[in-house]
Amino acid sequence: MSKSYKDNLPISVSALTDEFMRLKRGSVTRRHFLGVTGLGLAASVMSRGLPGAFNAEAFAGDLGTQMSLATWPNYHDPATFENFTKATGVAVEVNVFGSNEEMLAKLQAGGTGWDLFVPTNYTISTYSKLKLIDPLDMSKLPAFSSASESQRFTHEGTVDGVTYALPKNWGTTGMSINTSKVKTPISSWKQYFEVAMTEADGRAMVHDYQLTTIGSALVSLGYSFNSIKSEELAKAEELLIKLKPHLYGINSDYQPAMRSTDAWMTMCWTNDGAQLARDMPEIIYVLGKDGGEIWTDFYAIPKSAANKPAAYALLNYLMTPENAVKEHIANGAPTTDSRVLALLPVDITGNKIVYPDEAALTPLEFGAAVTLTDPNRAELMARFKAA
Amino acid sequence: MAMTLATRKRLVTALLVGPSAAWLSIFLVLPFIAILVFSVGERAPEGGYQAAFTFAQFMNLPARATAFWNTMLLAPVGAILCLLVAYPTAYYLAIRAPTRFRMLLVSLVVVPFWTSLLVRTYAWIFILGARGLPNLLALIGLPDVRLLNTPGAVLLGIVYGYLPLMIMPIYVSLEKLDRRLLEASADLGASPVRSFFNITLPLSLPGVATGVALVTILLLGEYLIPQLLGGGKVFFIGNALVDLFLQSRNWPYGSAIAVTLVSVVVLIITLAMRLAWRFAGTRQVDLV
Repeated sequence: MSKSYKDNLPISVSALTDEFMRLKRGSVTRRHFLGVTGLGLAASVMSRGLPGAFNAEAFAGDLGTQMSLATWPNYHDPATFENFTKATGVAVEVNVFGSNEEMLAKLQAGGTGWDLFVPTNYTISTYSKLKLIDPLDMSKLPAFSSASESQRFTHEGTVDGVTYALPKNWGTTGMSINTSKVKTPISSWKQYFEVAMTEADGRAMVHDYQLTTIGSALVSLGYSFNSIKSEELAKAEELLIKLKPHLYGINSDYQPAMRSTDAWMTMCWTNDGAQLARDMPEIIYVLGKDGGEIWTDFYAIPKSAANKPAAYALLNYLMTPENAVKEHIANGAPTTDSRVLALLPVDITGNKIVYPDEAALTPLEFGAAVTLTDPNRAELMARFKAA
Repeated sequence: MAMTLATRKRLVTALLVGPSAAWLSIFLVLPFIAILVFSVGERAPEGGYQAAFTFAQFMNLPARATAFWNTMLLAPVGAILCLLVAYPTAYYLAIRAPTRFRMLLVSLVVVPFWTSLLVRTYAWIFILGARGLPNLLALIGLPDVRLLNTPGAVLLGIVYGYLPLMIMPIYVSLEKLDRRLLEASADLGASPVRSFFNITLPLSLPGVATGVALVTILLLGEYLIPQLLGGGKVFFIGNALVDLFLQSRNWPYGSAIAVTLVSVVVLIITLAMRLAWRFAGTRQVDLV
């Protein structure tokens, strides 16, 4: 008989499983298992191969070879970090988060390993009060130009005259609506919640984030986005609990559901709204006439950062208008820096989702520090989710 | 000999038990003590923990009653659904499958474990999402069916994710079954159905008990599947814990819930062991 071709293969699937079961039953040793299956050899080759992979950037000098950034999903141009690595030899590890509360929780717990992170305006005073972030040494950030920044969006980076954070971009919290599914015109949060319980029953989403979900519910009832008054919060809770059985989901990652048309409308941040409308023109982005949120995201350096020189280098790189403009084209959020605005193409600066008319912004409020940290709002959100 | 036999035995025992004892005390006992301490503390003004001695957190437990109830309901229901699917599969694999294919078939049960549960659960998002099954249902005249983000989707994900953990112990107990008992039963005139209920099923009960206990206990701490397939609406106690530590940053309250959950799980394991022992008579039963 001729030899089967299988005899030349390292090990067949059934033989591997057979050996695995023998190992599990204890009838063969681990050494026998690793030897006969070839896994031991594979493991030793892998362990020899891997260290070499990290040797390439060994020339980077005092900036080190590694740094870590904590930021939001779909928020950067990946080429930015590749170019930064090419220029400095520092590789940037990117961690993505879902809420400011989660970032704060991680920094409070310690040991994050982040060198730079992207907090929102209303968190910065809390971070500085808890001594979790460093005041910035502006001499290391020559690319930043205070004069060309719009103070309306950037003033919260400074606490008691000390600069703790530099602006990344601003934006709004509005609603994205799939007009091929939802025919009722919606222009306010009041209408949003009404339609969510009627025409869009089972198809509307709210954020998994107390600040925006409770804030928008408050606005729909005619209260401030930032209210922490117990009787107003009780009204908002009543509305949210009534709304819950009608919702499609409670999730801040709403793009997939909107793209698959599982969800027909969602609370939405500017940059996601712009990305959705770009790819699916039937999805419109609307700001509440009755109010809502306007915000600025910043860059800050945690006190616990392990590689501060690299954090300053990356921050300065990102503040350079030629680099920042690519970021803004990729993520779709509006800039706070007039130098960057001048470099942006007209189809972006003319996009009303990204740069709405001043009148549409007037009813909007910036989130307040206490809105994020208020324990009653946190517990209200948790009760709403657990209901 | 400098060392007596007794000392040597003790030394060998210490060497054998030492590493796992050290591991457990560092990574299980110490964190549990920390959680016990946290659970009688207070939430700091900006979140986190500050020292105190109060049982206020435990008094507040009813605020998570729905999450507890969902967990206590869906964990056993999920485990029993798993059992209903797993038993025939394990029976086929152990008793009916042709011997030469058996190992291949068993490996097919194990192979999904080579991919992360996260990835496999994400795959269900696409299958159950509007562009998956509902799209096919629309073709046969059932438009706008919503499958994702429902309790049904969560149960489906649970059965899918935990099935191998149920099949394996049942398979192992059925594989050990002495076939001569079945032959004897047939020789004495019992029908195959009667042989199954009088011999096969009772002898496989230790495997069933192990599987049910294993799946139920893991489900009591489940977080991922309700989060991904329930859309944040089907809320387990695991989800409540994640929220309390990462969103509202109320560590003491989260710790109080964790302590309660651990106590409930310990209670359930103890009861399950008792039950399993009763079923299995004098035979040794390994749970977990």
